[in-house]
Amino acid sequence: MKKTHIVLLVLIAAAIAVLVSFTGNLTTYETVASARQKEGKFVRLIAKVDKSQPVEYDAAKDPNYMSFTAIDTLGNTTRVIFRNAKPPDFEKSERLVLNGKMQNGQFECKDMLMKCPSKYKDDPNVMKKNLTITN
Amino acid sequence: MNFIGEHLLPGQFGHFFVILSFVASLVATIAWFKSANAIIPDTAASWKRLARAAFSVECFAVFSVFVIIFYIVSTHKFEYTYAWNHSSKALSAKYLFSCIWEAQEGSFLLWTIWHCVLGMILMFRAGKWEAPVMTVISFAQVCLATMIIGLYFGTAKVGINPFLLVRQLETMQNAPIFSRPDYLSIPMMQDGQGLNQLLQNYWMVIHPPVLFLGFASTIVPFAYAIAGLWKKEYTGWTKIALPWTLFSAGILGLGIMMGAAWAYESLTFGGFWAWDPVENASLVPWLVMVAGLHTQLVYNATGHSLRATYLFFIVSFFLVLFSTFLTRSGILGDSSVHAFVENDMNFQLISLMVVFLVPALILFGVRYKAIPHIVKEESTYSREFWMFIGALVLFLAAMVISWQTSFTPIYNKLAGKTTAAPEDPEFAYNKIQVFVAVVLGILTAAGQYLRYKDTPRGVFIKKAGMPLLVALVLSLLISFFGGVNFQKHGAGFLGAIHLAIFASVYGIVGNAAYMWVGLNGKLKAAGGSIAHLGFGLMLLGILISSAKKDVLSKNNGILLNFDPKSKQDPMENLTLIKGLRTDMGNYWATYEHNDSTGNHGNIVYFKINFENKKSGERFSLYPNWIRNTKGQEGFSNNPDSRHYWNKDIFTYISANNTMEKVPDTAQFKKYIVKQKDTIFYSGGYMILNKVSINPTDTRHHIKANDTLIVADLAIVAADSMKYRATPAIYWKGADSRFIFDTIFAQNLAIGFTSVNNDTHGIEIQVKESNKMTPFVALKAYEFPQINLLWLGTVIMVLGFAVSLRRRYMLARSLAVSKQPAMAKNES
Repeated sequence: MKKTHIVLLVLIAAAIAVLVSFTGNLTTYETVASARQKEGKFVRLIAKVDKSQPVEYDAAKDPNYMSFTAIDTLGNTTRVIFRNAKPPDFEKSERLVLNGKMQNGQFECKDMLMKCPSKYKDDPNVMKKNLTITN
Repeated sequence: MNFIGEHLLPGQFGHFFVILSFVASLVATIAWFKSANAIIPDTAASWKRLARAAFSVECFAVFSVFVIIFYIVSTHKFEYTYAWNHSSKALSAKYLFSCIWEAQEGSFLLWTIWHCVLGMILMFRAGKWEAPVMTVISFAQVCLATMIIGLYFGTAKVGINPFLLVRQLETMQNAPIFSRPDYLSIPMMQDGQGLNQLLQNYWMVIHPPVLFLGFASTIVPFAYAIAGLWKKEYTGWTKIALPWTLFSAGILGLGIMMGAAWAYESLTFGGFWAWDPVENASLVPWLVMVAGLHTQLVYNATGHSLRATYLFFIVSFFLVLFSTFLTRSGILGDSSVHAFVENDMNFQLISLMVVFLVPALILFGVRYKAIPHIVKEESTYSREFWMFIGALVLFLAAMVISWQTSFTPIYNKLAGKTTAAPEDPEFAYNKIQVFVAVVLGILTAAGQYLRYKDTPRGVFIKKAGMPLLVALVLSLLISFFGGVNFQKHGAGFLGAIHLAIFASVYGIVGNAAYMWVGLNGKLKAAGGSIAHLGFGLMLLGILISSAKKDVLSKNNGILLNFDPKSKQDPMENLTLIKGLRTDMGNYWATYEHNDSTGNHGNIVYFKINFENKKSGERFSLYPNWIRNTKGQEGFSNNPDSRHYWNKDIFTYISANNTMEKVPDTAQFKKYIVKQKDTIFYSGGYMILNKVSINPTDTRHHIKANDTLIVADLAIVAADSMKYRATPAIYWKGADSRFIFDTIFAQNLAIGFTSVNNDTHGIEIQVKESNKMTPFVALKAYEFPQINLLWLGTVIMVLGFAVSLRRRYMLARSLAVSKQPAMAKNES
């Protein structure tokens, strides 16, 4: 067997080992109910802001504490604690991906991804809404 | 219905040119194909003439499309979707090009234009390779033209027409305003939705064209490889295509790093690279292109590695198409912040990959055995052996990154699962790529001292020994005194970082030394060493700036923390009250004012003054908020940095309350109180519990010889909520500083302003306002040695340029010297 082949095999084996371990580290997208079942496990919760509940953020007091209620598509809600600054335009987001874990009945969010209407994207529905408002 | 005020002519011309470009590129493809397969020289020549004419027409059509789009956007013809959706009247002229890149159609167009430019050069330079190479490129033009053709075949829509009117959009079919002939006079149609605020950055004007030139150029080595397989001239192209490979790798590398610079300057994830799928999608083809570059060099010098070269160029171009699919199909959805919106072009995007990959792989498979290769294996002391290993590592690194990027979205789509990236997605990449950096750093340096075929042991040790020793000493100095102590992921990862620091220092020293030891300072021939040196600097910059990235705005609790648990987490935002000098680690930070006068009020600058506690240096930064576009209210934040030769201070405003324009007219009221005295305010009362000097339980850090006096007030609001306030005076020698406390829920600002010796009381000042004192929450990072990354990038690209020049000269002299022989053969 040639040296090159040995190196090739070793490297490919290393790459496969790496990929298998990567696959083992994957997290999952969850709803509020399924996140509750996996309490303490790091998950990605897909939800949106429950606008009927207050969004608590007082940067003058503590710029690193925010709390709000998230509601998922099934209508289940959970209180979310986010120990960071409130992202600009948080209230206007249409959808949130909250990364964190459920602990003691509330969701400890480590970071979040906001999907704002047409942010980075050209959402036709928003365009339509904008045009319809004018009438 | 006749609509009033619409300008339909540019759109009709534009769409005509789109269709013309499609037809012309189709004709060109067929003609070049015929020419390449023609046996009789006259037939080949006549097909070639037709192909050239058709390709020229196509180029003219594509440029015309671009000019018309630019005309529509720059003259604010908002009846067109392109102008309405991607621009606005307030947009400054320098960003008009960014409007074109912002949409899918525009970026496809940019790609097509670069193919035209590259094709034009190849048409006159490629000689006998013109016909097969241009068949491939012209076929790519056919495919790209379908992306913007916007035609219906039955119910199937092919491509998005960039000249669609707003009223022609599918989603707008029933919008009531279009039942009015004068709809253009409605205010909503008088101005556009604007350019995405985050794209309003000068990097966004120049970075997409460079990046797309990089993407577009990957087709040239691919086309040569296909031409070689197709015409069974397996070896003839490798030298003449080498400048193209160098060009592609250099420009794509530059484009990627310009994107990194944009992310660093205008995004707030706090860095230049986040392993975002869109970033990875551009990195991966580059890695494979660089792998192909090295095997191509190996083949030219020794005759080894030709098969790998073919494979790498096929894969590199395929990965460009794959990244197009990933970023434009919407499949990334939740995992990327800057992918395009999902659209109904998925079938088309998948077809684009298939029509190139499948024939290429079949051709490669069928001809594999016929590709020349050397049975005898490379010596361990040969340069080609280690270059091949390096290329293999690059290729596998690219495969691993591809897998990590695209596994979850594709698996979820196919299997209906809901998997997502690991908890710390960046670390999932870093823990692997740090070892790739180790291998590459060492190979770039050690490999230079090896000769092709075989190296005498003594010569290698003599020449390579000294740089290794120097690098070892330097990297140990950095490791011991550089303060790299990245504990977040444990000792193993920290060890890997130190190893990678050694490898990158070795890459720098080894290649710098080789320019003199190996090449006697002949810089014209040192392109490879220069590029490797730049790459080493980049690695070092990445390692140090990431591992030593420091949060300056640590909230050490000057303001009240109500949640005891919150101390467990990094508190990276610091509140700055307007005009109040606040302690921020090694700096004093003061929020001075904000200014929204310029740029139609679309940008608000916050002036933050910094004072270095040690050096006394003062400077101001202007992080800003940009008004959102596209019908969104509110703002997005945009960082500002101060650059030093050895570090950057990077700041942005994560929250502020100064955007509401209600003037604060409330005044402070003074009260002289003693212990247990009560002060009433409109919403309740407060009692002075005690006054303590240098209390031990304070959050303030008291230096020796300084004095801190804290007033402890219990506040009871009318709704019987209780609060605590601890305003203080801090004496530093004769200087005193008031540390106000705020009870935001009660709109109270409370200051402790003096001690009254006559009455044995203290002076407390209370301000109630419906608008609390303006403040910002600031986030500040320090990135040490980030400039090594940018400097390294420049040097690496320079190295590619030097190499390109040399290889171009060599390829040309090769063509000249071969010409008589070829002429003889033909006659």
